[in-house]
Formats: sequence, structure tokens, C-alpha cells
Amino acid sequence: MNKKGAAAGPGPYRDKKTIAALLRVVEERRRAAGGPSCRIMEVCGTHTMTIHRYGLKKMLQDVGVGLVAGPGCPVCITPNDIHEAAIRLVTERENLLLAAFGDMTRVPTKIGSLQKSAAARGSRIQIVYSPAESLESARRNPDKEVVFFGAGFETTVPAIALTAAKALEDGIVNYSVLSAFWVIPPPLRAILESGRSRIDGFLYPGHVSAIIGPQAYDFVAEEFRRPGAIAGFEPADILLAIISILEQIAAGRPRVANEYTRVVSPDGNPTARAVLDRILEPKDAVWRGLGRISKSGLAFRPAFAAADAEKKFGLKLGSTDTELPGCRCGDVLKGLIEPPQCRLYGRVCTPEKPHGPCMVSFEGSCLAFHKYGTPS
Amino acid sequence: MSGKISLDLGGGGKAMRDFIAGRILPAFKNPLLSPLLDASHLPEGIAFTTDSYVVDPPVFPGGDIGKLAVNGTVNDLVVSGADPRYLSLGLILEEGLEWSLLDRILKSIRTAAAGARVRIVTGDTKVVRRGQGDKIYINTSGIGGIIASPSPALIRPGDAVIVTGPVGDHSLAILIARGDYGFQSAIKSDCAPLNGLLPFWKRGVRWMRDITRGGLATVLTELAGEIPYPILLEEDEVPVSAPVRGASEILGIDPLYLACEGRAVLIVPEAGTEAILRRLRTLPLGRKARIAGRVQTGIGRPGELILRTSAGGLRLLEPLTSELLPRIC
Repeated sequence: MNKKGAAAGPGPYRDKKTIAALLRVVEERRRAAGGPSCRIMEVCGTHTMTIHRYGLKKMLQDVGVGLVAGPGCPVCITPNDIHEAAIRLVTERENLLLAAFGDMTRVPTKIGSLQKSAAARGSRIQIVYSPAESLESARRNPDKEVVFFGAGFETTVPAIALTAAKALEDGIVNYSVLSAFWVIPPPLRAILESGRSRIDGFLYPGHVSAIIGPQAYDFVAEEFRRPGAIAGFEPADILLAIISILEQIAAGRPRVANEYTRVVSPDGNPTARAVLDRILEPKDAVWRGLGRISKSGLAFRPAFAAADAEKKFGLKLGSTDTELPGCRCGDVLKGLIEPPQCRLYGRVCTPEKPHGPCMVSFEGSCLAFHKYGTPS
Repeated sequence: MSGKISLDLGGGGKAMRDFIAGRILPAFKNPLLSPLLDASHLPEGIAFTTDSYVVDPPVFPGGDIGKLAVNGTVNDLVVSGADPRYLSLGLILEEGLEWSLLDRILKSIRTAAAGARVRIVTGDTKVVRRGQGDKIYINTSGIGGIIASPSPALIRPGDAVIVTGPVGDHSLAILIARGDYGFQSAIKSDCAPLNGLLPFWKRGVRWMRDITRGGLATVLTELAGEIPYPILLEEDEVPVSAPVRGASEILGIDPLYLACEGRAVLIVPEAGTEAILRRLRTLPLGRKARIAGRVQTGIGRPGELILRTSAGGLRLLEPLTSELLPRIC
């Protein structure tokens, strides 16, 4: 049988031979870096998925490189009070359409999850794939308040912010955004300052870095002397970035390497940053597990207050961080434990019946561990 | 369990298995039903099966609900070890359905029945008010003559896992035809009768299953759970066409969980593998058949389905847990 007629190959970024060759380099560089092992935090949830999806975690462990997931899943780090506010909006207010990405609707809280909530009369939940769809709903349903429940990092936020600005420009008064907007560098500082989790280097997110640019992590190398590399999302991308981190350790010269140059330019994306800056401003924000972190969130500037659901509906947010009893998502997000160390994991907390957001989100560590188990 | 039926229960995954085992089986428990096979083998030497078709849209690239209703039931008989002979045809029509659409579907039922060498010998028609159904639903039951009695108990370490053709085309053809994603593709449903596999029962095939809801991963995790050995699947060796691979990447779907309607997975003894593969490849339905895995002893634990990923790492595969795509068949 000719090879061509069969399966299309996996491509150079995930092919067995390339990966095996890169792993040999990882092993060599690991030895050169000294010490018995090293521990690298992959900040981004999509990296976590790739690492588990391709079985890289075990392969790397076998050559002395431990990977630990970080706080890079927006659904996971959004604290429950914001999820609860969304639930209250749709259960307590009539004629309100709450639009959200699918996994946001499944996060469990002490008052249930959006998906299982009974909406008030004339109200409903709409699952959307993009914020633009929710604006379209507002145009089509002028008799309803449409609220887009938007959570995201610097990658997703520009599109949501622009949609809110567009609603104001077009005079669509029944549209607003319940925002859970996060920026990546401040929690990295918080994790390093706490000193509770040993981290020898960082695998920086590919898409977030495409917006904020490599220089956003300079403080990690300069103040905290930790190496790091921006990585793409294929197995080979991740190994290349790990090789760079190990080389920095061996040389004793930490920096921010860019191993995803086919997407991340040296200055990031100034246009997207200008959009963020025009519409939003930094604010102190509470992260699940990490607590309040200075300037780690983004809020609408006063000129855009009409599209800010928090102001429009007088919501009180950001006060507490209320995990369900027993849930250790917070410790998972800080890199203090791995999901199987949580007593709920796999017993009462499963993808079908999640107990915490890390088992809900497609970028959540607990789901990655559960979905892509390691053979015994 | 909450008080209402959710879409998960129809997805062919774990939720559906639990639902059937927990709610349906206890009500009718008997030795013929309990094994929950694709078709029941009755003491009279005949095999009996039934299936309902609710695919949306009723006409899709590569087929329609009529073709599906014949081939789906025929294939359940074939993989159970029976030669399909007779089908029933139950039509549930929504008021307002176009005659032209019904005629087209009836014609493809006729063509598919001829192709699968079965006769429609009894039937029923109901019409429901507009809005109480969606255009057309079909139920077919099928009867066949038993020619083999396959059992997972026959499976041994070293046996090969053969996949008869590229997986996932049916699911993606339906999904893209619905237009939800705003892109088009040349992907066509693989809907086809599997009668061509019948002679292979005599060539030593130990076990067969058509790869429907839940996809190859779900079919094989269920099998792994029934044998005292793990199964190793090679991601690179599972046939997947380039368009399906591309569309799956864009949509974030794993082709291992996509349904087919004309593909099967066979468990074949190590010694006869090459001969069976050669012969399979002479058939139109098996032209792209491949050995995609092996029943193992040296790796993993009994009951595990292990995937060697394209990158070379090992991980466990689990059955489909939540409904990906309602109404694909």
C-alpha cells in the first residue's frame, strides 16, 4: 500500500523521528544543566493539553525534565464570584440573554452551574463561538438585554473589547460584557514572589506572547534569574523551547527566548495592544487560588461604562475567592500539586461531573490528566 | 442523575452505556438482550437487530437518511456474524415534508437494499403534526442468518487490529453540511454496506465491530474492557484522509472519536493477518485497510486501550464522555 494513499502524515512538528531526535538533545542538555532534575512551568493551558495529548509529559519525565501546569486557563482562574454573578443575572432577571463560550457554562459553584440553572422568564443562555455572535443576538433581540460573559487573556480580550466598543458605536444599548479579563505577567510574579513552588524555568504561552511580545517577561529573567522560552503548540515547538531553557540554565544566563518566531514577532502585536489600551485599563484582580494580584486584570475605561455589565447591573465582584469544599483547583493553578494529588480527582470530580473548573475547561490541567491518562 | 434526558445519552459514549445498563436493561433483563451486542443471535439460528435514524440534515454529501437506514442495520448484522436477509421499514414523517424529498429517500432505500442484498418485507408509516418531528425519521429492523459466533473470549495477545478504511468522514460530512462552521469541504459520508466482510468470518477473523457513534476509540475501549489484555493503537497507522485530518484540527475534534457508517474494525489472529489484509484490500470497502494496532501483553494493564501518539508518547484512550455531535445517524 502506498504511503500516500493512507493517512496523511503527522507533519514535521509532531513526527516520531523528529521528536525522538529532539528528546535526545533534551536529555543531553539536561545533563549539562547539572543537578538531578529540573522543573519547568508551562504557563498556558493549551500547552498543557499538547503535553498530555502527545504523551510528552512521561517522555520528558524519563529524561529528568518535570513539567508543572501554571495559571494559564481563563475559565479556571476566574473565581467563582464572577461565575455566580453570571448565574444570578440569568436566573434573577427576566428577558436577559446570557452568551458565553461553552465551557464557561459548566463551571460548578455553590449555586450550581450556568448550564443547569433555570433561567428567569424570557431569559436564556446562548453558547457562542465568538463575541461577534453575541452582538448579533443583541441586534436581533432588541427587547432583551444581551450580556456576553467573556473570560480571557491578552489573546481573546482584544476581540471582546472591540465588540463592546462596536456596540456603543452602533448605538446598541441592550448589549454589555461581564468581563473576566486577565493579563499573564503579574501572576508569574506572584508565583515567583511566593516562593512556594520550585520552578527552574518557564514555558511562555505562544498566543499571548504574540500580543504582548517577549519583553513582557523580561522581569522574570532579570529580577528572578529564571530562564524561559516562548513556545508554539506542537510537540516539536515545546521540546525546542525546553532545550532553550536547559541551555540557559547550563550557561547561567537566563533570558526570554523566542522559539515561536513563525508567529511571535519581537515586538508582539502593537495594534492589538493599542486596542486594549484604548478601551481597557489595568485593575487589581482576584485570581482563583492566587488571590488578589496587583494590576492583573483589565476593566473597561469610564468612556465604555455603558457596555460594562458590572456597572450596568450594579454587580459586586472581586471580593472573595470561594472554591467548593475539597476542591484544590487553586493549588493546581499555583503549581503546588498535580491533579491526582487532589482527593476529589477521579473519584467525585470527573469530566462528566466536574467539581472544579480545572476539570471543566478544555485547557484545564485536571481534564488534561483525566482525558489523557498515562499507561501503567 | 438529574430529572431529564440529556443529549449525552444518545452519543454512543459512556453516558449512553450507563443509561442503557442502568435504566433499560433492568426492565427487560434476559440472556438474549443482556450482552448488548449489535444484533441478538436467537436460538432459531437467526440474528435480529433494530436501529432508528434521525440524521440532520436528511440529505448529506455521500448519502441520505434512506441509504443510512439500510446500511446501518445491515452492518449491525454483518459484524455480529450474520448474513443480512430481510429488513422492516418504519417511516415517521412530519406534516409538510416535500414529496420530492420522500421520493428521493425511498429511491435510495431501494438502491441500498439491492446493494446490500436485503429485501424490505414489512413496514409502517406515521405522520406527525408540523413541529412534532423534524422532516423524517426512519426505523429499520433486520434479520439475518447466523454464520459465525464471534466472542471477545477468542482474542489472544499478538492479534492484529485492522481498520478497514479511513475514519471520520461520515461525522464530518454531516457536521459541515449543517453549515454551522461557515466552511465547505469535499468530505463525503462513507456510508456503505459491509456485506463484503462476511466471507472473512470463515477466514478466522475473531471479532468485528462497525465504527459508529463514539468512533474507533470508544469501540476499542469497550473491547479492551472485555478482554484480559491491553490493546495498543498506533495513531500514525489509523487511516484518516487528509481532508478529515485538516477539518478535525480546525474544529478541535479527534478523528478517533468520529463516527463512520461504512467502516469496521477487525481483530485478526497474528498468523493470518497479512493474508486477510491482502484480501481486504482487493475489496472497494477495504482498499485503504491498515493494521492499526495489536493486542498486547508487555505493556499497560488488562482493560487499557493505549495510544502510541504520532509524537511517540504513550497515553490511555477513554471512551467518548460527552456528546460531540447529536443526530449524526
